[in-house]
Amino acid sequence: MSNSVKGRPSRVGDAPAFRRALIGIVLTLVAIVIVAPLVVIGYQAFSQGIAVYAAAIAHPDTLHAIGLTVVTALIAVPINTAFGVAAAWAITKFDFRGRRFLLVVIEIPFSISPIVAGVAYLFVYGLQGLFGPALEQADIKILFALPGIVLASMFVTAPFVARELIPLMQAQGRDLEEAATSLGASGWRTFFSVTLPNIRWALLYGVVLCNARVMGEFGAVSVVSGNIRGQTNTLPLHIELLYHDYQTAGAFAAASILALLAVVTLVAKVLLERQGAGRARRRPALAAPVAAPKTASAEVPS
Amino acid sequence: MKIRLDNVVKTFETFRAVHGVSLEIESGELVALLGPSGSGKTTILRMVAGLEYADAGHIYFGAEDATDIPVRDRGVGFVFQHYALFPHMTVAENIAFGMKVSKQRRDKTAIDARVADLLRLVQLEGLAERFPGQISGGQRQRVALARALAVDPKVLLLDEPFGALDANVRRDLRRWLREIHQELGITTLFVTHDQEEALDLADRVVILDKGQIVQQGTPEEVCRNPASAFVMNFLGDTNRISAAVAGGIARLGEAQIPAPGFADGPVEIFLRPSDLGWSSSGAGIPATVARVIDRPAGRRILALTATGEAVELDVAPETQVSAREQGIITIERARVYAAG
Repeated sequence: MSNSVKGRPSRVGDAPAFRRALIGIVLTLVAIVIVAPLVVIGYQAFSQGIAVYAAAIAHPDTLHAIGLTVVTALIAVPINTAFGVAAAWAITKFDFRGRRFLLVVIEIPFSISPIVAGVAYLFVYGLQGLFGPALEQADIKILFALPGIVLASMFVTAPFVARELIPLMQAQGRDLEEAATSLGASGWRTFFSVTLPNIRWALLYGVVLCNARVMGEFGAVSVVSGNIRGQTNTLPLHIELLYHDYQTAGAFAAASILALLAVVTLVAKVLLERQGAGRARRRPALAAPVAAPKTASAEVPS
Repeated sequence: MKIRLDNVVKTFETFRAVHGVSLEIESGELVALLGPSGSGKTTILRMVAGLEYADAGHIYFGAEDATDIPVRDRGVGFVFQHYALFPHMTVAENIAFGMKVSKQRRDKTAIDARVADLLRLVQLEGLAERFPGQISGGQRQRVALARALAVDPKVLLLDEPFGALDANVRRDLRRWLREIHQELGITTLFVTHDQEEALDLADRVVILDKGQIVQQGTPEEVCRNPASAFVMNFLGDTNRISAAVAGGIARLGEAQIPAPGFADGPVEIFLRPSDLGWSSSGAGIPATVARVIDRPAGRRILALTATGEAVELDVAPETQVSAREQGIITIERARVYAAG
């Protein structure tokens, strides 16, 4: 369709030379910036053979790092999902003072460097921090332990679910909930049988993005975890440690697992987008199952 | 169920939407709340439903004070302007929703039977398994009505029920809603900004302006005796001409219009286009034709009077008239209101 027919003047920006140059530049950049590093990860991971790769992954420290990453995600993602749904519901269905302010606050983790969050947690929960002495007396360990890692991950990924839901729920308005309530449904019933089915794809999409970010988070976690090998190292931290130890194959083997997680996320994301999640299509459930007698007749040239 | 509103007030932020409205709706009556946008009609409807709480005043359902009963327990059927059908449920599931969630337990066969009854009532028997996205606007409207009726509401409330439909569908649905109301006898209150819809459908029309009731009565009462210039203007096309009263008579050109009860001084005279005629002689207002617009029911003349006022009048389709023609506008009926 975009091929210009000979003899016809090209549309704006459609001159052949321009097209080729633009496509060429984009492809080159993609190759250098995105594809090459991924290929290198795969190549380096297996550079010393499958046996070394398997051994690197089977190393107790690596296995522990994988386990810690999964546990962190298992705690942080559900909590942030609940938070995101609650925040989106509050912001879109209620009128209250400070609604706009809350909307901005939720976005802070997006714009702030994760390392700042890590340092902030140090000041709050660290030994010299705000609650440090009290926590130490009660013998509760937050920093350099799982709770700190989970908290830092949660801070960084707090906006993901809410940001997916808010535009969708704003577009859907309050009519459906009002209709359900006027028909006698309780608040919970309204949420589970009316609200949730209409936001389910966007919600899953937000959860997938949130999960990817939790598993990959480096900066904030690096500050609060203390980098104790085999104890508080998550997978990204473990990769950095191996690399600094000149265990290149091990580092790349561990990295390949994170990359694999990314690919799974990507596939899930594409599948979800097909179901109408994401921000481009606002009324997924309406758009999806419509049989098309109208479009069929529209295709017949009149 | 009789509904009574007693001095109800609602304010949004700083904007006063409803200004102390008192209203009685008899059991089984079909009442229209008619007004321009911003007149507070939808806010009143939502307060009767319990979707908004009144800041002051009381709402009674029968003898019971319903002011503070939440919408869930109020027992009203509400039909939303954009239907608010649940898009992920079929037509049948939409209609059954209220029965499934109600505190009063019903078994599945009873619910299914009721859904089938309601589908028959709204003439959508074949569409039970369709989704709302697969049916037309008029059909969605009828599903929304069936869903509201399924919970046996004490009162049926409709917010601009035909606002989003095209003209033909709207006329059919109007007749049909009237029939359903006759059949069920349920107290019904609906909101509209379309005077034709209100007059066509309602037993009684309540006209609102700026959060207050300006007139209420049967369609005949409000049409024949508009209580104010606003009502006169809002109910249909009208020409407004300033004039002066002397000795109980207002003069417009050669025409004399009785204005009993008005003191000498300026008044405003309202003339419906259909109450005017076009003639070559007689006692009336001398005018020049500016343009003629042809319509199925007749011809509308846009005329300019000798004093420079634009007047529109409707004449019979056979009338021979063309632009720049001079003649006399004759007046069959006119209404006089105080100036201002």
